[in-house]
Amino acid sequence: MIPPTRWLPMPVLSLLLLLVWLLLQHSISPGQWILGGVLAIVIPLVARPFWERQPTIKRPLKLIHYVLRVLKDIVVANLQVSRLILDPRGRMRPAFVEYPLTLKENFSITVLASTITMTPGTVSAHLRLDGKTLLIHALDVGDIQALIDEIHERYERPLMEIFES
Amino acid sequence: MLDSILEGVIALTLIAGGAFAFIGSLGLTHLKDFYMRLHGPSKTTTLGVGCTLIGSLIYFSLREGPVIQELLITVFAFITAPVSSHMLAKSALHHKLKPDPRTRGNPIELQSERPKHTLEEEPQGDSPLP
Amino acid sequence: MIDTALWIALALFSAAVALNFYRAVIGPSLPDRILAVDTMYMNSIALIVLFGIWLGSKDYFEAALLIAMLGFVSTIAVCKYLLRGDIIE
Repeated sequence: MIPPTRWLPMPVLSLLLLLVWLLLQHSISPGQWILGGVLAIVIPLVARPFWERQPTIKRPLKLIHYVLRVLKDIVVANLQVSRLILDPRGRMRPAFVEYPLTLKENFSITVLASTITMTPGTVSAHLRLDGKTLLIHALDVGDIQALIDEIHERYERPLMEIFES
Repeated sequence: MLDSILEGVIALTLIAGGAFAFIGSLGLTHLKDFYMRLHGPSKTTTLGVGCTLIGSLIYFSLREGPVIQELLITVFAFITAPVSSHMLAKSALHHKLKPDPRTRGNPIELQSERPKHTLEEEPQGDSPLP
Repeated sequence: MIDTALWIALALFSAAVALNFYRAVIGPSLPDRILAVDTMYMNSIALIVLFGIWLGSKDYFEAALLIAMLGFVSTIAVCKYLLRGDIIE
């Protein structure tokens, strides 16, 4: 999105740091801008060796669309899980599902796993060592293949387009 | 007029947050096995706390001008909750906790003949003890 | 109206903390107890924020932020311990 330069190796991180600093101080006086700016430049330079390769956001608009979709799905999934918990007969069909990943990069796999945990009645449990299978526990699932297809269509494909395509 | 509508919104978010958190904890207490219990706190409680924080944000913005600090905790909670529930599920698999008998699928991680250290990376080389 | 909602929310969150405590005491396995304590952290964040609204003071925000961070870090550390037996490798 923003090309990295020598003094700003991680521009998005720097922006986030400045924003968080201003939010924490709860002030936009010039002094806070300067202090936050200095921190936003120094911290990425110092912390650079700890970071893996930065993901590049190829389609920012799609990212916004994805975030909105996930926020909506979080509310829906919560109502669904609440209904299941409150159901006195406790009719659940739990299952372990092995999800075949097509994403390659660590960052996008992390985002996918977090999304899976937050949204459709599923919790990501374990990423196999080969990085190709994600073990998912689902609370109530009828057709396992349908669940896999839904996750692939709804979450993995957009992530693929945003981060990797 | 606008104030009373906003007050209604605040009351709604507070009560909805409390209800979600309570249902999540109810699930934590009532469900049958660990993997099912994990669903309540990881989703429902997070949204409940998020709702409460949004309510508090609107309340203080209404009283003392715009305040958006609470958004920080909300974002933090939504980013960290999936990570900690993933780690918890991983350690439960490592301890081979028995899932409910109705659970379909028998992941290789839960079968008994697996050697130790398979969930993490293999131990590398000789450990350099002093 | 807000006062009533505040009391209802406080009661619900307190009941949630009590349920978490029950699970932490009886929880048959260690991950169960950690999960219960982690949920208790989340619920206490909400309780602190509600308490701040009740007193009409914004200052409790920082306490809530600190509890959120400590809760996350300690959960991850204990999980790491359960996975390997060492917290720091």
